[in-house]
Amino acid sequence: MSRNMRDERERTGGDEGRSGGGPSRGGGGRRFRRRKVCRFCLDKVDLIDFKDVKLLQGYVPERSKIMPRRISGSCAPHQRMLAEAIKRARNIALLPYAAD
Amino acid sequence: MAEKRVYEVVFIIDPDTPEDESARVVESLQNIVTERGGAFVRSESMGRRTLAYRIGRKTEGNYWLFEIEGTGSEIAELERRMRVSDAVMRYLTVRVDEERQRAEKLKERRARKASKRQSTGRRGATAGGAAFAPAPEEDEEEAGA
Repeated sequence: MSRNMRDERERTGGDEGRSGGGPSRGGGGRRFRRRKVCRFCLDKVDLIDFKDVKLLQGYVPERSKIMPRRISGSCAPHQRMLAEAIKRARNIALLPYAAD
Repeated sequence: MAEKRVYEVVFIIDPDTPEDESARVVESLQNIVTERGGAFVRSESMGRRTLAYRIGRKTEGNYWLFEIEGTGSEIAELERRMRVSDAVMRYLTVRVDEERQRAEKLKERRARKASKRQSTGRRGATAGGAAFAPAPEEDEEEAGA
């Protein structure tokens, strides 16, 4: 499994792995201006700490729902780490479960 | 490889307990670990923070972080005590040694790739098969906790 993670990261884009670009995705408006690269890959982050509230808050908008990958631009392995960290943080009341 | 498990324990102490009592509680928790042969890497207060949601009608809490090296039994005992204690509102234990190991390995691999690419020009790949050949010094024990 670490193999896969390494490969994803090597490409430093994460976009390539995601079935390239093209509006052939089924039309519907969203032209792929998704040049967004995984910010974690850029910074070469290996560990996402659940205690790092400031970092995590950037990925948890208003309603306190975890931002989906297509919006945040994260690559799959980092998104998983991020989601797990957010869930832990919620558990320990560093992040809310729901915002009111 | 036996005793190298590293855990991070974050717990929240009721902010309304008087200073000395909460200090005593923290100390007794620390003693539980050391008595059973656990080693402390870190033990620090993360301060008083506002909770993201109310826990037991309280809106703030004193956060503490322990980083412990040891086997699972100390953690089990520690958690048992915390569950019983009235002062501890919530706790969360995470085993971090495996994550860190993996992070380290990735960092090493990246460093190796970077240096290879620099030294041998763009042809790094075949020149030194050494990047993949040596089995990692510590085998990844993905057996999980």
